[in-house]
Amino acid sequence: MTEIRFDRAPGDRSVLPETEEKTSAGVLVYTIGLVIAATLTSISFWVANTSLLWAPGIPLGLAVLGIAQMGVHLVFFLHITTGPDNTNNVLALAFGVLIVILVVAGSLWIMANLNNNMMPPLELMDLHMQR
Amino acid sequence: MNLTVAVGEVDRPSLPSTSQAGPAPKRIVVAYGFWIFLLSDVVMFAALFAAYAVLATATSGGPTGAELFDQVSVGIETACLLASSYTCGLMSLAVGSRRRGATYLTAALTFALGAAFLVFELSEFTGMIARGATPQRSAFLSAFFTLVGCHGLHVSAGLIWLSVMMVQVAVKGFRPTVERRLQCLSLFWHALDIIWVGLFTVVYLMGVRP
Amino acid sequence: MNVLGKLSWDAIPFDQPIVMGASAVMGLAVLVVLSWVTLKGHWPYLWREWITSVDHKRIGVMYFLLALVMLLRGFSDAIMMRGQQAVAAGGAQGYLPPEHFDQIFSAHGTIMIFFVAMPLVIGLMNFVLPLQLGVRDVAFPTLNSVSFWLTASGVLLINISLVVGEFAKTGWVAYPPLSELQFSPGVGVDYYLWALQISGIGTLLTGINFVTTILKMRAPGMGYMRMPVFCWTSLAANLLIVAAFPVLTATFAMLLLDRYLGFHFFTVGGQGNPMMYVNLFWVWGHPEVYILILPVFGVFSEVIATFSGKPLFGYRSMVAATMAICVLSFLVWLHHFFTMGASADVNGFFGVMTMIIAVPTGVKIFNWLFTMWGGRIRFTVPVLWTIGFMVTFVIGGMTGVLMAVPPADFQLHNSLFLVAHFHNVIIGGTVFGAMAGYNYWFPKAFGFKLDERWGKASFWCWLVGFYIAFMPLYALGLMGMTRRMQHYDDLNWQPWLLVAAAGAVVILAGIVCQIIQLIVSIRNREQLRDASGDPWNGRTLEWSTASPPPAWNFAILPHVDGADAYWALKEGKPANQDQPARPRKYEPIEMPNNSATGFVTAFFAVVTGFALIWHIWWMVGLGLFGAFVTVLLFAFRNDEETEVQAEQIARFDRTHQLELVV
Repeated sequence: MTEIRFDRAPGDRSVLPETEEKTSAGVLVYTIGLVIAATLTSISFWVANTSLLWAPGIPLGLAVLGIAQMGVHLVFFLHITTGPDNTNNVLALAFGVLIVILVVAGSLWIMANLNNNMMPPLELMDLHMQR
Repeated sequence: MNLTVAVGEVDRPSLPSTSQAGPAPKRIVVAYGFWIFLLSDVVMFAALFAAYAVLATATSGGPTGAELFDQVSVGIETACLLASSYTCGLMSLAVGSRRRGATYLTAALTFALGAAFLVFELSEFTGMIARGATPQRSAFLSAFFTLVGCHGLHVSAGLIWLSVMMVQVAVKGFRPTVERRLQCLSLFWHALDIIWVGLFTVVYLMGVRP
Repeated sequence: MNVLGKLSWDAIPFDQPIVMGASAVMGLAVLVVLSWVTLKGHWPYLWREWITSVDHKRIGVMYFLLALVMLLRGFSDAIMMRGQQAVAAGGAQGYLPPEHFDQIFSAHGTIMIFFVAMPLVIGLMNFVLPLQLGVRDVAFPTLNSVSFWLTASGVLLINISLVVGEFAKTGWVAYPPLSELQFSPGVGVDYYLWALQISGIGTLLTGINFVTTILKMRAPGMGYMRMPVFCWTSLAANLLIVAAFPVLTATFAMLLLDRYLGFHFFTVGGQGNPMMYVNLFWVWGHPEVYILILPVFGVFSEVIATFSGKPLFGYRSMVAATMAICVLSFLVWLHHFFTMGASADVNGFFGVMTMIIAVPTGVKIFNWLFTMWGGRIRFTVPVLWTIGFMVTFVIGGMTGVLMAVPPADFQLHNSLFLVAHFHNVIIGGTVFGAMAGYNYWFPKAFGFKLDERWGKASFWCWLVGFYIAFMPLYALGLMGMTRRMQHYDDLNWQPWLLVAAAGAVVILAGIVCQIIQLIVSIRNREQLRDASGDPWNGRTLEWSTASPPPAWNFAILPHVDGADAYWALKEGKPANQDQPARPRKYEPIEMPNNSATGFVTAFFAVVTGFALIWHIWWMVGLGLFGAFVTVLLFAFRNDEETEVQAEQIARFDRTHQLELVV
């Protein structure tokens, strides 16, 4: 276990004296977050609707933009940092992210495989359902 | 690494290692518990996302996402929710400095933006249903309505919670219990926005590609 | 439109004597208990000290009691199935018609997993965790009460299904398309789904509560690597609850939408995909088995270290193995459906992962063996259960690894071999562990030990009965008998099934011994009384306080300097004995108030659940509204805590043995 010197509630800003900020600074943090998030969102919407980009790469690009925006929200709105007072919160978050990845990726892998092997084409299904 | 060192330098000997410091203050305990709840909620959404991803092409001959989704309406919804996340952040600042008026104002803004989000979402849903794209039409539409509707239900719950909390601020003032609940509420609201980022990316933006 | 939805007199199966008989017995038992309580005037006491209690110790005891009562219900289902299969050979049909037999095996599985095994381990964790961590309660005491009563709501709904309507005939996994409205139009599947949704919320809240308790509420000085192993395994189990139960909730919600609103998640029409249900169900299902087994691994670790008089061998490897299992358990779920049609690469991956997860479990077995090696072992009842576990669980684990090989699984899937395997690990693991914990911590909970002779009799009946009942099932599985057969033609199977039925009767004798043990112990409680609070010469903090512990657990929070905190204190004691004990400075303690929130919320949950099952929509609204108002009232209450005066704590401490606090 890492040695943790301070502890902080999720969503609270740092309690370290060095980084303690006034309310105006707090507003600034939220505003920076809002601007970056809005920019990323606009780029996402543009990427999805443009024909200027190489089409097969777009889903990957959208995924990257989405994940980046989630990170921005975590850092600027939820004040998640790499600081030692946040270790517990980050570990819990990491566990959650790991489970989400396992559940979604595992299900997609398994189901794609099963669908290939087991599911009849739609036309056959419909034939089956006719009574 | 550098950051850790920097923090280590301001280390005061009076503070024992947190893991051995005894029970944490109530504010940390409550917020951490809610943090764990949010993780479980995110895992629930992960299951719904997995179902949607598996069934996204199962349109059963019915309408596809590309035919149904309206980018403008989604864009407005996204803007509403993002702005409400911002006002919610301002609200927690107002709560932190115990400014009652600012708290009410930011809460009202958050509520209005959240409600606007819901109105746009509901009109989108009714429009789809009017065109025959009901959740009963195909597995894809079942998964779509469930995933997006579940997020909408969360937003509605958040709005009810927000109203209750404003009554509590009015009746009880900024007591520690009320402050802790407001803190959890803002965690909840920001988490909903994060889920929405995943949602509009996967469902609406990837879904409109042919 | 009917005011009572689908509910009518037809819902009560008057024409089925077995069901009506069982219902009558159950109703009579409930009536007797209720009228006894009323006549003796115990209601105020029960309401004040138990029903509205938010004390983790009380809630733990109630969980355990609930589980034991439901064990009787689940076991009577088991006896009926064993009886049916013992006689229904060749042309014979036995005494249970197919539609009744199907309900019995579904109810047996559902009850045993969700309402016996789960409450057993959650009850133990509830009682023990705060005491071992050296704190006064869990992180959220009222939420804890809500969790318990929601679990009880699920229990109530499932028992109502015996009398009003029917239970699912789909098996405890309720796979679609069989569980869809088209093929199961009755209320059985709805009972299953709503009972499990409601109790599932309770379980999830428990998980959140305990994770927070373990990570944020420990006695001063108790760093992570000083926590008792039971706390570590509980942490892992509760992390799994938090990560896995939401998936079950989502899956059941999808099936409910299919059944109630005509959605197409898992239907055969509308391009739904039934295989998705199977996939998601086991995303929850495999972590679930580790939720059941990890806490009892902790129980065995505590028991074996205490009664060997040695620190646990390989504490760090035990912690590492526990956390490894916690993550790996999310990487093996496909082994429950190797035969559904995945390709060799997918099946191969999950087969290998399944074999890998056996490794940390093996590490644990060796740690326990090495803890015993060279120790002065006292063969008390908890130790007997532990040794019985080690032998039985290794056999069950090995048959599990056997089935992890996909080609072998194609032969054994859904055969009685599988049934034997999971009973081997759940009875040999969870039940044996819960019994070890029950005998181990009972003196802490009530201040007197359980009778040893009847305890040993019970253990031997369970152990012998288990082998007689389940070893034949391995043979039958290899002979090709599939699970859930109401009758069969192959007469060669019958002798084995007769032996298995005899084994079930021996287990019944074990259960009877347990009940006698409890009665005898209560009768002889003065001889069995333990005034020291430390009857077993224990190593962890729960033994440092009085038995039963006061509501505040510890008058002064203990300070921990290392692993096995209480043992270290006792070791250091002789040196300090020359000096007079320092006068202890008592301070007032804030204790959470009792709250009826849990009970009232659960009442409305039952109302809502019942109304949903029978489509009584006005009642659904009423129930939801009632639950909402209850939560609002809780949120607006003004006095949340009561102060316990310092004199009261001092008085308690003077009349009880002094805690060893340095």
